[in-house]
Amino acid sequence: MHGHPLDLLPLVGVAVLVAGFVVRLNPLAVVAAAAFASGLAASLSPLQVLAVLGKAFNDNRYVSLVWLVVPVVGVLERAGLRDRAREAVARFRGPGGAPLSAGRLLLAYFVLRQITSALGLTALGGQAQMVRPLIAPMAEAAAETSAGQALDPARRDLVRAHAAATDNVAVFFGEDIFLAFGSVLLIRGVLAGGGHEVSPLAISVWAIPTAGLALVIHGARLLGLDRRFRRAGA
Amino acid sequence: MITLDAVYALAGLLFAGVALAIGLDAREPRGLAGAGFYGLLAISFLLGGQLGDTANGALVLGLVALAATGALEGARGSAGARTDLSPAPAWKLFVPALTIPLAAVAASLVLPQIRIAGGPLLSPTAKSLPAMAGLALGVLLALGLAMGLLRRPLTEPIQSARSLMQAVGWAALLPQLLAALGAVFALSGVGVAVSHLAAAALPSPDRLSVVLVYCLGMAAFTVVMGNAFAAFPVMTAGVGLPLIVGRYHGDPAVMGAIGMLSGFCGTLVTPMAANFNLVPAALLQLRDRYGVIRAQAPTAALLLAGNTALMYFLVFPKP
Repeated sequence: MHGHPLDLLPLVGVAVLVAGFVVRLNPLAVVAAAAFASGLAASLSPLQVLAVLGKAFNDNRYVSLVWLVVPVVGVLERAGLRDRAREAVARFRGPGGAPLSAGRLLLAYFVLRQITSALGLTALGGQAQMVRPLIAPMAEAAAETSAGQALDPARRDLVRAHAAATDNVAVFFGEDIFLAFGSVLLIRGVLAGGGHEVSPLAISVWAIPTAGLALVIHGARLLGLDRRFRRAGA
Repeated sequence: MITLDAVYALAGLLFAGVALAIGLDAREPRGLAGAGFYGLLAISFLLGGQLGDTANGALVLGLVALAATGALEGARGSAGARTDLSPAPAWKLFVPALTIPLAAVAASLVLPQIRIAGGPLLSPTAKSLPAMAGLALGVLLALGLAMGLLRRPLTEPIQSARSLMQAVGWAALLPQLLAALGAVFALSGVGVAVSHLAAAALPSPDRLSVVLVYCLGMAAFTVVMGNAFAAFPVMTAGVGLPLIVGRYHGDPAVMGAIGMLSGFCGTLVTPMAANFNLVPAALLQLRDRYGVIRAQAPTAALLLAGNTALMYFLVFPKP
């Protein structure tokens, strides 16, 4: 079971990455160095590593396509999107006349996002499409309304980070319930490769317990976020 | 037939516009270097498919060199972002903002069904194309609506894009570069090395240990590679199928579903999953690059523990 020592050599790339991030060199330079360390350890020539890195960079351009959203978000923000989002959230009154808190707003978004993902509508939402233009400003506005004052930068960042986190957790633990999602098909393929034919329905059904657990855990943390703000605001 | 190249070309034009806006601004302290960075990015998105691997590699080194020597620091674009306009009416802002996700999801569902001149409109080979084409269409539609409703100057989309891109700086490129590193890792055998480590970590092959090694191994492997899809085949072939299913007759469907979701817990805490964790931190201009990961880490840890317990109680046949 124990690997030959040479098998572990490519891990120097991981070591370079971690070390570079820890001593806070420019991360782009660290990543490039880690690619070369890993490739050279796997006995590629420097020119081969350059080509592999170039091809991988080119193949992964879709990751940077989120920046397409920037011109429209910029125009809307300059015209006052954040102010209007703040007003809309401040006007909202829940049952009992309570103002909307950041945690409750994010919890509502979590449930909506998890359900729509389970139905296969993962594109309805996302960091560029939904969180940056709408969810994050609304959550910030809700937190400001409950605090009765502008947020300091640390708390503003905390609310924004939770807006992004809520989108990720909800979609990760919702999409696997959808039969045709890529990971269900991958699971089925790998199991079939090992001689076990399993229906997609059986796989997606067993994604439900974890989805429920994710809702309970993350929902409790979002409500805890509200309590933290109330304590700090008082 | 539309391929991802069309969407890339649109992004290329955006980066070219940002490069021009920076290069033509005489008050920009390091305008030439900044314009060079976004210019290289524009070349990558417009022509990357034709360049060849080595040229693309050189382009990456150029981008990294410009970023590492501070070409993007001290940019003034973000300072000029403040306008003193009174806010536009709410509906004129919310209608375009909501158009982005609604048009994106509608397009991602409808576009793959459209056939034109005997073939599909969207190339079926790129799996991410419907979502990306949807995003591009949503953005274009929203931009058209916003410009029509708000009557802002025609240069404003590019100028405000430039402000936001300059506020984000080199961090805008980190996610894509980390994704590329994941591919280099995979090619260099990092995955095989990690699976050796996981197998060596198995203390004794009782039921609890194999479930622990499988679930925690899925999460750890995903942290290193940034992708649960890369971890799943290796861990399942190495630990899951021979031990959980083979020796203890566990249910493969339960194992596969919960095992994959254990990997997703790892995705929540790794910078290698840059598009989920670092892109939003940059997009939301968090001062802490790992702010989103910090917000997700407690959920990921609790969920991984709960997931491992679920697997232990659900996967084995009832006696």
